[in-house]
Amino acid sequence: MTTKDTDFAIEGHGDISVGVHGAGASGDGSASATRITPGNALPGNALRPEDIALEISRGQVKPDEDVAEFALRLGDDGLILAQRLGHWISRAPELEEDIALGNIALDQLGHARSFLTYAGAAWGKSEDDLAYFRREHEFRSAHLFEQPNGDFAVTIARQFIVSFYQYGLYSRLMESTDATIAAISAKAVKEVDYHRDHSAQWVLRLAGGTDESRARIIQGFKLVWPYVDELFEDDELTTRLSEAGVTVQPSSLRAEFDRLTGQIMTEAELDIPAVPQAPGGGRRGKHSEFMGYILAEMQVLAREHPGASW
Amino acid sequence: MAPHGNPEEPASAAGEIKREAPKVAATNAESTTTAHAARPAGTHAARPAGTPGGAKEEHPWSLWEVFVRSSRGLSHVHAGSLHAPDAAMALRNARDLYTRRNEGVSIWVVPAEAISSSDPDAKGAFFESPQGKDYRHATYYTKSEGVKHL
Repeated sequence: MTTKDTDFAIEGHGDISVGVHGAGASGDGSASATRITPGNALPGNALRPEDIALEISRGQVKPDEDVAEFALRLGDDGLILAQRLGHWISRAPELEEDIALGNIALDQLGHARSFLTYAGAAWGKSEDDLAYFRREHEFRSAHLFEQPNGDFAVTIARQFIVSFYQYGLYSRLMESTDATIAAISAKAVKEVDYHRDHSAQWVLRLAGGTDESRARIIQGFKLVWPYVDELFEDDELTTRLSEAGVTVQPSSLRAEFDRLTGQIMTEAELDIPAVPQAPGGGRRGKHSEFMGYILAEMQVLAREHPGASW
Repeated sequence: MAPHGNPEEPASAAGEIKREAPKVAATNAESTTTAHAARPAGTHAARPAGTPGGAKEEHPWSLWEVFVRSSRGLSHVHAGSLHAPDAAMALRNARDLYTRRNEGVSIWVVPAEAISSSDPDAKGAFFESPQGKDYRHATYYTKSEGVKHL
């Protein structure tokens, strides 16, 4: 018990805390199979925004203009959605669901921080500069992410679309020729996989629950479905980047998205809403009327008290 | 309509839902809000099941006990309890509530009513008998002479 422990277990724990910040705080401090050790780490497994910032400050990574613009899109999607989901905290139908939505919001915020940190390296800006000191037309998120929470069913419908879209995208981005994008995506894809499961479970339950819950999820999908097409639109940037192997054309993700969401929708006995598609424009900085209010709430503290910390 | 375009019920959604849903919906939503506002942390069972308008449809979520195994080779340990509508959601809620800080590699959820527990009032009869019976511990015995490897 004395000699064997010292070299392996303790040193192993020391390494672990580098990868997972504050891992020892969980109480028992015993080594866990889920903790990331450098030895078995997949690329980007425990990648944090701080690690990316460090690499940037050492001059090890620097995205070119196109990659930065692309990272900005991904980061803004996550950031705006996190802000939306955070609104549910203390308002969810049940305490347990409060935490579930809060967890999802934090996951999204984590991805956003990584992507924005990376994007900012191209222009000498920090993640905070980008999140708090850009104006509405400088945000590149798609319209779906800024759609109001509505009732619980609307939030679930929105999350369902988002998670299946992000899962497809991040799965492909893991093979990106840009190592940082690939690493962030490798970490994000596991979290998004759970978001997918969470929202699918709720779609099934709301659709198969009471008449009221079914009416609400049908209504929820009707409200958010117009924003699906925008997610899969190709443009000049994605064309250039897909040729460079940094990403894939968004349109190439559509078939798989339709197949996977279709399975759940069929199981839930829901129809894909026959609604016209919104014009979109979020990737070009054209946003709906909701965006300004989201930004006002999100940015007010940082702008009122620049550089504030606690 | 709430101001600032960030309402709990967006204008568009609220309008359309209320048009389509029968009148019960409004009462329902109201009673949910009331229950929600009055909800003390973690006591969902106290949720008024007999609230007017919601009596027919509202079943409070049942209670589940959560057991988490922190590492391969260790046993599952009781971590706490939670409310969930069914086993699949209980597992997911348990994942969200009890493994946020990397605590586990495996989770069990058990319906609370499936657990039979010893009566706290029967402590004497149940648990005091072993007291004074030192001979049930290995340390009670002295090593016999000449026995190796003990």
